[in-house]
Amino acid sequence: MLTVHSFLVTVWFLLLGVILALYVILDGFTIGVGMLSLFSPTEERRSVLIATLGSVWDANETWLILLGGALFGAFPVVYGLILHALYIPLSLLLFALIIRAASFEFREHAHNKKGWNLGFSGASALIALSQGLILGDLIHGLPLRHGHYIGGTWGWIHPFSLAVAVGVLAGYGLLGATYLVLRTEDPIQGRARIASYWLAGVTFVVALLVTVWTPLSYPRIAHEWFGPRFWLFVWLPLIAVGAFALLIRSLRRGHEALPFVATVIIFLASFGGLATSLYPDIVPPSLTLKEAASGSLTLVFMLTGIGILLPIMLVYNGYQYLVFRGKVRIGESAYSHE
Amino acid sequence: MNALILSRIQFALTAMFHILWPVLTIGLSIFLVILEALWIRTGRDDYYRHARFWSKLFILNFGIGVASGVPLEFEFGANWSHFSTVAGDFFGNILGFEGAMAFMLEAGFLGLMLFGWRRLNPKIHLFATTMVALGASLSAFWIMVANSWMQTPAGGYFARGHFVITNYLAAIFNPDTLWSVTHMWVACLETSLLVIAGLSAWFIRRGRAKEFFLVSLRLALITALVVAPTQIWLGDGSGRTVFRYQPAKGAAIEGHWTTNAPGHGAAWALVAWPDQSAQRNLWAIKIPHALSLLATHRWNGRVVGLRRFPRADQPPLLPLLFYAFRIMVAIGFIVLGLALWSAWLWWRHELVPERVGHHRRWLTAWILALPLGYVAVECGWIVREVGRQPWIIYGIMRTAQGVSKIPTGDVLFSSLGYIILYSLLVTAFVVFFRRIMRQGPDLTLTPPPLHPPVPFALDAQAKPHALEDD
Ligand code: HDD
Ligand code: HEM
Ligand code: HEM
Repeated sequence: MLTVHSFLVTVWFLLLGVILALYVILDGFTIGVGMLSLFSPTEERRSVLIATLGSVWDANETWLILLGGALFGAFPVVYGLILHALYIPLSLLLFALIIRAASFEFREHAHNKKGWNLGFSGASALIALSQGLILGDLIHGLPLRHGHYIGGTWGWIHPFSLAVAVGVLAGYGLLGATYLVLRTEDPIQGRARIASYWLAGVTFVVALLVTVWTPLSYPRIAHEWFGPRFWLFVWLPLIAVGAFALLIRSLRRGHEALPFVATVIIFLASFGGLATSLYPDIVPPSLTLKEAASGSLTLVFMLTGIGILLPIMLVYNGYQYLVFRGKVRIGESAYSHE
Repeated sequence: MNALILSRIQFALTAMFHILWPVLTIGLSIFLVILEALWIRTGRDDYYRHARFWSKLFILNFGIGVASGVPLEFEFGANWSHFSTVAGDFFGNILGFEGAMAFMLEAGFLGLMLFGWRRLNPKIHLFATTMVALGASLSAFWIMVANSWMQTPAGGYFARGHFVITNYLAAIFNPDTLWSVTHMWVACLETSLLVIAGLSAWFIRRGRAKEFFLVSLRLALITALVVAPTQIWLGDGSGRTVFRYQPAKGAAIEGHWTTNAPGHGAAWALVAWPDQSAQRNLWAIKIPHALSLLATHRWNGRVVGLRRFPRADQPPLLPLLFYAFRIMVAIGFIVLGLALWSAWLWWRHELVPERVGHHRRWLTAWILALPLGYVAVECGWIVREVGRQPWIIYGIMRTAQGVSKIPTGDVLFSSLGYIILYSLLVTAFVVFFRRIMRQGPDLTLTPPPLHPPVPFALDAQAKPHALEDD
């Protein structure tokens, strides 16, 4: 029974990882395009950027809702702990999500779009920032006593979480820029290419910094990395570096889809690194997966529900991308496809 | 002010704000399915234009529903982390289902529905709209399951500060589920039909696009004739469930203080002023036996009085509960009255384009009734949620035990943020809503061909751009 339970717990850890990865990549490019739209020189061009998101942004954000629900069901303790411990950055994230959704909707109707444009880009940046802070705090570890968070109101902001936040900002920006290379034509595509170089540079530097910083200041992670599972870990940075090289090369050679693919690989590699460093803890330093999990019956019941649905969700989400595939051109707005 | 009170106020505000939007999403999406199906069946351009007009309102409303729903889901963990830990095995699981089955379905087909009018075969478009509607109603189902379980927990036991689930069916279909799911869903239909009928009546009364809106109005009226009596019946069922499983709540909403003796019926206070400190009604107008009839459907049925419960187990804010309930019930009957009045006019052949404009009072009545559904929904939820107090899981866990230990300032920060943002959202909504209504429907819109040569129309890129612009 115990082994069945551990198996289920691991399956759910992986499943949550998949949902999180889907969210980060899909909403990541949405957020990225949102931030980049601030720099569009004309309203016409900005409309193109936003039109590339029109049909999919809501579905992309919904992966976060699914993540929340699945985490709540599979690891209720973690759900309660993380969300109340990171109350302020979480509130910032939620505010930003509200503003983004509203700006996206209302921008379409507004005669004067300035305020809504600013709301859309600003909220996208705030989403990236708050998610980065939350991620940084989780790697840093949450100070707990008897299952209560004792970090206080300002415990979430420190040099490490800020560094991670910069990385997430640049990384989402990179996803957005390479997505635009895929979905637009010159002159927008050309600018997106240039932005991709710069953002790739920043992302690379921050990723390197965080990779060195983490084992140096968090011995438990160093212990994981340079322990018996070293050979598992060593692949991931190599893959990431390879993907960076691929990204730059494909940008140079004028590929349209490959830069985005390379960026996704970079994200997946960093992600894999993170998940393997955490396992078998879920909220470092003190909460293990098994302590935090729901009972076997819940895990099985959820698995039959959500596990079976996951591939179906992927199919109809994919269909949506298929229907709206292809370049968005200047002069088209989100609604002109109708 | 402490974190508990603030968290309660914040949850109440955010939930009461959120619920304003899904009710219309749920009802209007079903209305859109009907309009599109009528278009495909009859081939009449008019129905297509209806669908396009009402879907403008749908999108505007939908966005705010999503924006205000997301914080709610995370508030459980942030503000009610102890509750989340204790109840997570079941409660979190259900929210997970809601995300996977309902929200994803809705979101996955929404883009196709909004932007696919010319890219998709009309039948596939109808399918997409149907999936959006199905997703919206499913989300109502799952969230009501979660909420019902807080009202009448079942299907497992509590051990070592944890709910351990043993029987999923019993937990999902707990004693409250079926009554409240249906009552809520029908409330969505009722609220939406009041909005559709009210707006149509407004256009007709001003003499704008009369014929066009008569079509919408008639569809709403047919629905009203079925929905209004059904809702009263379902409300009665909800009420009896309350008296059976949550007697303190039942007694509180009726201002009923002492249990009636065997052989005597309990009287129903039509109006009263319940006073908690005095533990009695300061004044009341009563109808003999009526409460026994309502609560148990028997002449002398026993109805437990509120004094039976220690003060600490009684719900707060008694006058609010008492009057919120009465307002909801009154609205239920007002809508029934309006439906019957309309049926009478219809029967007399008055609802035709040439004559409908003469019935100005009748049109005004429908216009005034437009917000009533929303009022009833808010009142119903106040009855349900304030009446559940002081419990967060009825009879098992107190609200005060469910709250997170977070600094008061943090909760204040988030509450103020929501208040500011929600005020902005409503203002913007009103501005853009008025703009849509001022524009009115586009009566010259040409629908895409009903039988396009390419059935799955995935080669939209090949189409000339001019064709795609409406
Ligand atoms: C259009 C909206 C609407 C209308 C006309 C009515 N209701 Fe209602 N009522 C709701 C909308 C609603 C609601 C907002 O949807 C609630 C809150 C939660 C729920 O399940 O339904 C509700 C809750 C609710 C409850 C509380 C259930 C609980 O606490 O668990 C009772 C007892 C009733 N209703 C009874 C009635 C009666 C007797 C009505 C008419 C004669 C009536 N309702 C009309
Ligand atoms: C959308 C319609 C809803 C409205 C208008 C509403 C309203 C309220 C109100 C007024 C309160 C505060 C009660 C008090 O503290 O005195 C409250 C609390 C709460 N409600 Fe709801 N509610 C809604 C739906 C739900 C649903 C669907 C759930 C669960 C799935 C839920 C779960 C809770 C919880 C956990 C609390 C906090 C604890 C408590 O105060 O009891 N609510 N709600
Ligand atoms: C208090 C508990 C509630 C929570 C936690 C909650 C959660 C949410 C969330 C997270 C969303 C956004 C989903 C998306 O991204 O697509 C949402 C939207 C929605 N909610 Fe709620 N909700 C609550 C109450 C309700 C109730 C009582 C109903 C229905 C009766 C409802 C029906 C809907 C529907 C239909 C949508 C999607 C359409 C729209 O937003 O207009 N919700 N809700």
